[in-house]
Amino acid sequence: MNTITYLRHLRIQLALHQLRAGNGRNLLILHGLGDSAARLAPPSSDVWPGPVFALDFTGHGASSVPRGGGYTCEILLADADIALNHLGEATLLGHGLGGYIALMLAGARPERVMGTVIADGPGITGGSSGPTSARITPPLENPDRRTPDPIALMELTSDIRPPDYANAFARLALQNSTIEDPITVCVRWQIPWLDAVISEPGVLNGIGLDDALKHYA
Amino acid sequence: MPNRDDTITYEGARRPDRQYAVSTSGIDIAVYEWGAPDADPLLLAHGGSDFAGTFDVFAPLLAAGGWRVIAWDQRGHGDSGRSDLYGWSADLRDLKAVFDHVGYEPVVAVGHSKGGELLCDFTEAHPARIKKFVNLDGLPSRRPAPDIQDHERTQLRREDITTWLDYRRGLHDYNRRPGTLQEIVERRKKMNPRLSDEWLTYIATIGARQDPDGWRWKVDPAIRFGGFGPSRPYWGLYRMAGFSMPFLGVLGMVPEQMGWGTKPEEVMPWLPRSGRLEVLHETGHFVHIERPHRVAELVLEFLAQ
Repeated sequence: MNTITYLRHLRIQLALHQLRAGNGRNLLILHGLGDSAARLAPPSSDVWPGPVFALDFTGHGASSVPRGGGYTCEILLADADIALNHLGEATLLGHGLGGYIALMLAGARPERVMGTVIADGPGITGGSSGPTSARITPPLENPDRRTPDPIALMELTSDIRPPDYANAFARLALQNSTIEDPITVCVRWQIPWLDAVISEPGVLNGIGLDDALKHYA
Repeated sequence: MPNRDDTITYEGARRPDRQYAVSTSGIDIAVYEWGAPDADPLLLAHGGSDFAGTFDVFAPLLAAGGWRVIAWDQRGHGDSGRSDLYGWSADLRDLKAVFDHVGYEPVVAVGHSKGGELLCDFTEAHPARIKKFVNLDGLPSRRPAPDIQDHERTQLRREDITTWLDYRRGLHDYNRRPGTLQEIVERRKKMNPRLSDEWLTYIATIGARQDPDGWRWKVDPAIRFGGFGPSRPYWGLYRMAGFSMPFLGVLGMVPEQMGWGTKPEEVMPWLPRSGRLEVLHETGHFVHIERPHRVAELVLEFLAQ
């Protein structure tokens, strides 16, 4: 099954896909940069018996494309927050860029996020860990409003992800979550922002993806 | 220039001599010019939640000094197009589109507040295109946050995050609050407490529009003060330290709601070798609106050197 509910984020229509029905906790999957919810295979019902949802971020999949770019990770965080608000509570599985957004949402809404799994995927690194030489991205037209929006691909591969910024979100989740072990990292790439998350006592690391999901199911 | 009541005037204020749009990434940027079209270009960048019309006294003074003054409304501000998203990289692209429209020869750049910080990025990315640079109270501070314990700082940030997210959740039903002309003047007065009602009323008739249910400031409600993000304001200091062109920084010293609270001793160690700093006591953050004649005099003097 794949049914879509459209949610509004200002002038953007966000597509929230239900990939599978089930009994138990909601799982909300956040895709990687340039990917889309419809391309994701839900985990098997042995691993996750509850309903499985996946969100198309702004400018991706079946969500609408903004005029003139302006993408930031904080905007995508607001996308994910709107989906979480619709679902009430959910466990998050984020791939790549979606993993970074999932971490931010875990820190922002610790009372509603029932565990976060950060997994490999496109856009996991971001552009840099700190200030870089100034760079101005060229204007890109996307008159057909096709997805993934090429401006999103450009802007979200040049964003800054300072380790202390990522660490602050991890701390917020660890300090305020209502569940044990609220963050699990299943990423094999060593990345400064992710190292700062893993360094925080209480963050689980080195666990397989299915085992991580079972832990929260 | 729609919706403008020409009977409301202010001494020394003059609407631009020319107005046109520069289209970039599907957004029309409203551009304004004062002065002779064949004079040397000087580009003026306004601050966050402001608009080019606040230069209506300052820009004619620079034009009278022999410059072709070019300003624009940033996306979502004034008469420029509304976007769906707003971000630093998009503002920088829009800024570059205006510079490209003016031409590729080196120009003078003057920026206030956020406009000054945007110009710091543009100047580092394209140093050969800036002849001289003036930053008006857009000089960040290297000062760390006040003495707050780490845990408390984290809690503070969570509040910032949730307030911003809650705002975005409800945004599709939100429009700016309408009011009488006097009411919206009072709102602006909180940011500019030392301006006369006459000057504020003039500014309001340009920066606001009259809808059937009242006046509204022409700033997209999606643009909101506060928020959070990974960048640190003081990173602009690192860029500034390496500028090779003549540089003038101006600081307004009266603390205000929109001010950055930067102190001269925090800026001095980061001034470029070719830079100098002017400090205006008894002046707030909006130095060019509050003391347009003094600031224009400083700028023209600097440009004449």
